[in-house]
Amino acid sequence: MNMLNFPDIKDRVRSFFEEVGKLSRFAGRFFREGFRRPFEWNEFLKQCYNVGNRSLTLVILTGFIIGMVFTIQSRPTLIEFGAESWLPSMVGLTIVREVGPVLIALICAGRVGSGIGAELGSMRVTEQIDAMEVSGTNPFKFLVVTRIFACVFMLPLLVLIGDAFALYGSYLVENIKGDVSYQLFFNNVFGNLAFGDLMPATIKSFFFGFAIGLVGCYKGYHCTKGTVGVGVAANTAVVVSSLLVFIIDFMAVIVADIFYEL
Amino acid sequence: MKTEQHIASNHTSERQRSEGVLEIKNLRKSFGENKVLNGFSMNLYQGENLVVMGRSGSGKSVMIKCVVGLMQPDSGSIKILGNELTNLDRTALDKLRAEVGFLFQGSALYDSMTVRENLEFPLRRHTDRFGADMDTEALIVEALESVNLAHTLDLLPNELSGGMQRRVALARALILKPRIMLYDEPTSGLDPITSKEIIKLMQAVQEKYQTSSLIITHDVDCARVISNRMILLVDGLNYAEGTFAELSRSADPKVQAFFK
Repeated sequence: MNMLNFPDIKDRVRSFFEEVGKLSRFAGRFFREGFRRPFEWNEFLKQCYNVGNRSLTLVILTGFIIGMVFTIQSRPTLIEFGAESWLPSMVGLTIVREVGPVLIALICAGRVGSGIGAELGSMRVTEQIDAMEVSGTNPFKFLVVTRIFACVFMLPLLVLIGDAFALYGSYLVENIKGDVSYQLFFNNVFGNLAFGDLMPATIKSFFFGFAIGLVGCYKGYHCTKGTVGVGVAANTAVVVSSLLVFIIDFMAVIVADIFYEL
Repeated sequence: MKTEQHIASNHTSERQRSEGVLEIKNLRKSFGENKVLNGFSMNLYQGENLVVMGRSGSGKSVMIKCVVGLMQPDSGSIKILGNELTNLDRTALDKLRAEVGFLFQGSALYDSMTVRENLEFPLRRHTDRFGADMDTEALIVEALESVNLAHTLDLLPNELSGGMQRRVALARALILKPRIMLYDEPTSGLDPITSKEIIKLMQAVQEKYQTSSLIITHDVDCARVISNRMILLVDGLNYAEGTFAELSRSADPKVQAFFK
């Protein structure tokens, strides 16, 4: 039995590159129209509130739990090697540099990305986007530009909040199990954190936000096939933006590594 | 095609005297191999109600979307108030769109906004239309009063019935006081009583705002009540043209099929 159907693979590869091309054009349109007047300030602020509000509770809870779990899991091993005192700085570095940004970005991809995809998709199939166009308002500026900018600006903030709660969760475990004081724990955390740890993490959070906003808007804005299409838009927005988060993270790690070596 | 030429000739002389506000010539639009519009032409004159009837998939909605610039035709000419649509840049097109009100088939109200915000939305980019002392609230209330829904200002679209949503959408289309109104299946999905209410409102609106209306429908009752003139669209072409009475008396089986 022939397991590989070559024409099918060829079509899939072609449609993948077509989709990449369309997404790039969509991003290009964002950069062309995003910095040109008129700016939709009110809608941008509303979207910032939506993005933050939609994810805040989840970000706080996840950060807090991850901080605790991470500490509980790594504590016995560090004790075995007599390196218990290194735990706060190890948790701090891991959360701030890697776990925090990626985890929060994935949560936002699921929560915000799917929400944007479903919202714009439903507006597309019910002709609300056409109604905006006909009324003389540029729906791309009103709906897409504001949502992407909101994701870009809100994601680093959510990452900072998530990191803070993760560190607090870690401190609670250390305080209960190891009787470590608040001051000692956070002195250890921040004593070993450098500007070079915080900056790449913050910069890549902006890119995560951009990818989540862009993919959510692209999938929703080009939604077809009625209500089924809305579901597909929301679903693929999550899958593609999650994948992009990992790709961006990989690239950010490589770039940061080059800078560390210099 | 003979039917079209025969009936159209009766109207040419009287129409030549009035001003054409919307002229479509030889409009073509295909989706892949599927030719939807195949050289459609029509004129809408000042103050008239022109109904375009056709079966599902005959190209009615595609044609009306080309008229407001939501779709680009493959070829042909669309002139609105003397402006060739295909030659306009984005700014000029947006300005011209203020002269054209569009009632969507499914109302297309912004469901995250209240009725007030829905009506306010088209005013944002067309403040110059009403001068510096534009009273937004007065315009909103006036438009809502013209559809008898002034009490719904702070409600969300999902708190309104289908008929009320259609009336709010009509108010939104009218708020800029357009010279041309386009209706895409204005009575579709509504019960017969609500349909009659909408048709009456369309007549009242035409009288109050002195608009010229292009109405896309397959509702014969709607066409009978509201039309001054009708065009039957078959296979992307104007197959027959005339008044409702003339077309309903036609012996052509394709024309008769619309009225059975």
